[in-house]
Amino acid sequence: MSGRLEALRQRGERWLERRPRLAGSLRRIAAVARKELRQLVRDPLTMGFVVGLPALQLLLFGYAINQDVRHIPTAVVDHANSTTSRLILGQLEATQTFRITHRPAAEEEAEALLRDGEVYAVVVVPPEFSRRYYRGRGAQISILTNAGDPIRARAVRAAASGLEQRYNQRQALFDVGPDAGGSQRTTRQRSTFGAEAELVRPRFLELVVLNLYNPELRTALFVVPALLGVILTTTMIMMTALALVREREKGTFEFLIATPVRRAELMAGKILPYIGIGLVQIAIVLVSGLALFRVPVAGNLLDLGVASLVFIAANLSLGLVISARTSSQFQATQLSFFFFLPSVLLSGFMFPFEAMPVPAQWLGETLPLTHFIRICRGILLRGAPLAGQWADLLAMLLFAVVGFAVATRLFTKQLD
Amino acid sequence: MATPVETPETVIQARDLTRRFGTLVAVDGLDLDVHRGEVFGFLGPNGAGKSTTIRMLVGLLAPSSGSVRVLGLDMPGGAERLRNQVGYMTQKFSLYDELTVEENLDFAAEIFGLGRSRRRARVGAMLAEHELEPRRRQRSGTLSGGWKQRLALAVATIHEPELLLLDEPTAGVDPDNRRRFWERLFDLAAEGTTILVSTHYMDEAVRCHRLGMVRQGRLAAVGTPTSLTGALEGRVVEIAAEPTEDAVRALSQRPEVASATQLGDRVHALLAADGPTAAAMVPRLREDLAQAGFRDLVVEVARPNLEDVFVALLQGERLS
Repeated sequence: MSGRLEALRQRGERWLERRPRLAGSLRRIAAVARKELRQLVRDPLTMGFVVGLPALQLLLFGYAINQDVRHIPTAVVDHANSTTSRLILGQLEATQTFRITHRPAAEEEAEALLRDGEVYAVVVVPPEFSRRYYRGRGAQISILTNAGDPIRARAVRAAASGLEQRYNQRQALFDVGPDAGGSQRTTRQRSTFGAEAELVRPRFLELVVLNLYNPELRTALFVVPALLGVILTTTMIMMTALALVREREKGTFEFLIATPVRRAELMAGKILPYIGIGLVQIAIVLVSGLALFRVPVAGNLLDLGVASLVFIAANLSLGLVISARTSSQFQATQLSFFFFLPSVLLSGFMFPFEAMPVPAQWLGETLPLTHFIRICRGILLRGAPLAGQWADLLAMLLFAVVGFAVATRLFTKQLD
Repeated sequence: MATPVETPETVIQARDLTRRFGTLVAVDGLDLDVHRGEVFGFLGPNGAGKSTTIRMLVGLLAPSSGSVRVLGLDMPGGAERLRNQVGYMTQKFSLYDELTVEENLDFAAEIFGLGRSRRRARVGAMLAEHELEPRRRQRSGTLSGGWKQRLALAVATIHEPELLLLDEPTAGVDPDNRRRFWERLFDLAAEGTTILVSTHYMDEAVRCHRLGMVRQGRLAAVGTPTSLTGALEGRVVEIAAEPTEDAVRALSQRPEVASATQLGDRVHALLAADGPTAAAMVPRLREDLAQAGFRDLVVEVARPNLEDVFVALLQGERLS
């Protein structure tokens, strides 16, 4: 076999010898390819990227992306507080779509939770529930959803109507026997059985779902506010990641560190212009979001400004960390991307946060983008005050402070 | 030359300075003393450790072992307190290409903490002294080598440092600009600035008050250019012979000749340390070369130059 291969190789070589221009061209291509491969192998960070990125992508896409929404944080206001209402709420939770996290006493409180993004659904059982239920008048339970996220809103509606249907079918069976089908049938039965019918009228349930904030379930309303954060993440991290590395590559770094400028001064000076650039970007996205996609600004612009400043600072400090530890613009770009990918996937930008496995959620909570997206959706769509989302703001602030401290530590005014 | 005679004040003092990069020893037990007000030349081939030493003197690199004191402060710990007294010009042009000449000067002045009025005065003075006035609004990236180097020196001295460290400042600059550059350095020295400048140009090295010859990370010899070349007095002959290339080859093969190089139409030969003197060699060489058939023969004793010093050092000689 090897003899045959050898013969083939020799034939190929002879064939090439008769075509000197092609042979020269092939040799040059091979030389460039070989050089490229050598450079690649000798840059450890790039090699890590070659190996690490597929693994990271597989993990993220495979595990974290999940469109089956479960465990939506839900507030319940149960005015009836009866055996039946509790039974039905239990069944609601058993669908696994809902996870009851709050039990406020009044609707106002529940709606504030919905507005502040603490919960995505509010279930209200009215006081007259039990009475209507036992009289077979169709007992209503209303479910308010935050339809700013159409995926969750649809999941809520699907779960509610599924439960309603199953429950009523079973109840009809239980109340009036196997040949009874549904509520329409019972009406006829009532006329047949006269006074008796009052007893056998099936007790049925109505789950009314109300989509708040985005009644038309427009995807743009879900995506555009979050895009604000995604766009800032890409540009801000990249810009500062390159800021110091560029000086290193061009040699100006050596001049700079031989001057009296302090580390923190240099860092702060590097960040400052990009904060301004970030604010300009926000203005662009907001205005075009309003003009092109009719994305409202329901909340306070000043709140949005404050949150944006903190978010920009968080991203810039991360960029500085990258910049302090890389030696070329190429490496810095790669590392920025390495951070960018999980940011987009785990932040709730495209996929509902609760649908991810718990470890992915933890990871998501460490990303500033996750918190900023929550705040943006809150302010723009629901008019939520920033004060109600202080935890998200604090998380971003913490990230910014830690990032800045780490960057300042990592960065030394020395060449090695 | 104005070498200080009375006990000079030491501005830079390095003892047993060593710097390793992995297994590579870039600087290997270097001792150095630079006195106030002198122009000290750092002469050595590429890779001898000149840049690494200068970077340790500025505090940009920490020594692996040994000590450095600059202006009375230990390095690299005291580096930050020293920044305002030291000017540093890197080997590679390290100013901002996107900024104009004037903006670069302004930036440096601000970052060195000069107040508004002093800044304006210094930027103006630098533009005038370095004849940068016609280019003040030009982007630095578009300047040619000579202009860039002028700007770099102006930036390095904008804060009027006591000590100026220059790492091969004239690499890639034409002779006329190099000459002007050295005139500027002597102006600064006359104003009291201590200057340490590394170079591998011999014609620049001879201008220095004192010279340190660096070889393989060590200071192989220190002295004034005249004292260094003086040590080789009586060991150099120059020969004119046709064909010159063959003469170089013939001379190189002789055991009494340490090295022979072509210098124009002549052959410049350094004689071995343990051999006969130049005066004794002249008749011998004349005879041998004539016999070998060389024409237009001139053989005479010549003055040693710094290159001879260098060759002698490379061959392991110790010159005091």
